[in-house]
Amino acid sequence: MTSLLARTVALVAAAVLVSPSAALAKTELQWWHAMTAVLGERVNDIATKFNASQNDYEVKAVYKGSYPDTLNAAIAAYRAKQPPHIVQVYEVGTQTMLSSGAVYPVFQLVKDHGVTIDWNDVIASVKSYYSQGGNLYSMAFNSSTPILFYNKDLFKKAGLADKAPATWDEVEAAAKKLVASGAKCGFSAAWPSWTLVENMHALHDQPFADHANGFDGLATTLKINGPFGVKMMELLQRGAKEGWFTYNGRLNKAEANMGNGECGVFLSSSAYIGNLTRASEGKFTWATGPLPRLAGYPQGSSIIGGATLWVLKGAKPEEYKGVAQFFKYLASTENQAWWAGVTGYLPISNSAVKAMDAAGHFTKHPEQRTAIRQMQAGKVTPNSQGIRLGNFPSVRDAIEEQMENIFSGKKTAKQGLDDAAAKSTDILKEFAALYK
Amino acid sequence: MKRSVFPNRWLPYLLVAPQVLITVVFFFWPAFDSLRLSLYRASPFGDRLIYVGLTNFERLFRDDAYLRSALTSFVFSFVVTFVGLALALLLASLANAKIRGLAIYRSLLLWPYGIAPAIAGIIWLFVFHPSYGILPWLLSFATTYQFNWFLKGWVAMSLLIVAAIWKQFGYNLAFYLAGLQALETSVLEAASVDGAGPIRRFFAIVFPLLSPVTFFLFTLNMTFSFFDTFGLVHAVTQGGPGDATSIMVYRAWKDGFEGLQLGYSAAQSVVLMALVIALTAVQFRFAEKKVTY
Repeated sequence: MTSLLARTVALVAAAVLVSPSAALAKTELQWWHAMTAVLGERVNDIATKFNASQNDYEVKAVYKGSYPDTLNAAIAAYRAKQPPHIVQVYEVGTQTMLSSGAVYPVFQLVKDHGVTIDWNDVIASVKSYYSQGGNLYSMAFNSSTPILFYNKDLFKKAGLADKAPATWDEVEAAAKKLVASGAKCGFSAAWPSWTLVENMHALHDQPFADHANGFDGLATTLKINGPFGVKMMELLQRGAKEGWFTYNGRLNKAEANMGNGECGVFLSSSAYIGNLTRASEGKFTWATGPLPRLAGYPQGSSIIGGATLWVLKGAKPEEYKGVAQFFKYLASTENQAWWAGVTGYLPISNSAVKAMDAAGHFTKHPEQRTAIRQMQAGKVTPNSQGIRLGNFPSVRDAIEEQMENIFSGKKTAKQGLDDAAAKSTDILKEFAALYK
Repeated sequence: MKRSVFPNRWLPYLLVAPQVLITVVFFFWPAFDSLRLSLYRASPFGDRLIYVGLTNFERLFRDDAYLRSALTSFVFSFVVTFVGLALALLLASLANAKIRGLAIYRSLLLWPYGIAPAIAGIIWLFVFHPSYGILPWLLSFATTYQFNWFLKGWVAMSLLIVAAIWKQFGYNLAFYLAGLQALETSVLEAASVDGAGPIRRFFAIVFPLLSPVTFFLFTLNMTFSFFDTFGLVHAVTQGGPGDATSIMVYRAWKDGFEGLQLGYSAAQSVVLMALVIALTAVQFRFAEKKVTY
């Protein structure tokens, strides 16, 4: 009945104001994040180890809920002039952060405090996504990219070769055989807009939005309703109708179906590896492969998802000095290799990839090599360096809404994508009007 | 009404002060803030605040999706309220009978109210889930129709309605039971003697006598299904498929919290606020006349 937002802002502000700011010998650094379960424990490990490694700073890792919740908490705190030093923001919030004027760019922070991090070592796709003018604005942390998963047991039952389908034709053929052999779901995908629209455009070097996907200026129009996008959606619409593609909901809801062994072929984030390992234990075996391609289109690259760490303005110089030290610690090859190894996220530096390779990590975990290979094989072009849109969460929502209308046969692929593009234009123009 | 007399002139004001303070801080202040914000295009971090007059409202009302969302909200709220109250009254009448183990039935029937809407949604999600839900499994023996609420709007809507009714059920039941037990038995006995059957007795005597309870529950359920069902939608359908279950309060939240379009979201909460004020006023103005206390 009342404005939820205003109430939350007031409550958070109150909570921040009353929290004790004890004058400890160590300078406290607030790190707000959105990592749950195993990932949350690993984040705490990082903080604990860093705190033990030196005597000047104490990093406090605080879980603030989902990605949107964490961002909202940081916004409320920033407005109340009590911002956390570091906040983890998901990739779709990138443009919001860049435009906000509330950010202390990471490359600048590190330079200002005499710390050296070899930014050239950061893998290209991650660096391009979060950089402006060649400089990294946020600290690369947890990046993933979508890959293909397949259920080996279901493949065997369907008489299919133990090999990941590499093209959409192969996905269709495999999925049909899977369904014919009794599988409940031949093909499915989590994060529908990210895996099936955003990444498919980037992978085939097709534009997603104008102004080079928002990298050359604020984007105002989506290009997803072009011939490529329509072809992709028509394929999936046909799949849904013929029964070899099962739509299993937004966000990562579809992972439940892959995890209980129903789906033969599946697209999701490479960071799903950890959870799938646990879900499938003792039940079925699986393997990974690169994203399937459509024949006849140029080579692009898959794009990343996940989140980065942003530093907010409004803290004291000695605190920023601590943040710079912490980032140096985080960026070390050893820590990067460890983090990627225990989570399934991409190692964000080339030296970490090498270190993991040298330690034989990928021989033991071949499923973790797929995402890295896919990124390395990709060609970074204006269409595949990433997507940067204002109000991106609303745009993604508009796309997924229409994907559902397309898959259910309520609208044709062209009509649905046109409607999604029209609504997105409306949303993007609002953002552009804010920062004109 | 009896007029109370306090020895001290200031004491009554002091006694109501906490309530007034809470209302001002948690209701009037945020409501006023939303009202103000709805006239602006505001950036999330507060660095830009551009006065745009009624632009946000214009954008809202020229969007077909918003009008659809309003319709969805009304359909949802009315169905939840009517079906919910009818069921609660029916079961309350049955639970009011003198049967063995009554206390146990009553307690069990009250249980669901202790559950948060989001949890209620998840419970029903398990029942309805296309791949591991028991309902689609049972229905698969009777029909080949796919009850997949990820793609079929009406199935998603039914799921939410069932969950909302179930969640609110214990509360409605408690009030109806109390209402039934407070009825004068002599009136009912007199009617029985005159030869009125149980159904006749119910419609001619019980239902009219329960009208204050019904009126109270109606208002309460309407507001519940308009506003408190946010968690339910958020946990189960996220407004989909398409925008089939995108009720107004969910849209306002999504555009504000996920989309960070603050002014636009504020405009939506202002519309909601106006709606609920209007709804309550209408209910008090018209429905109350038909209520016998």
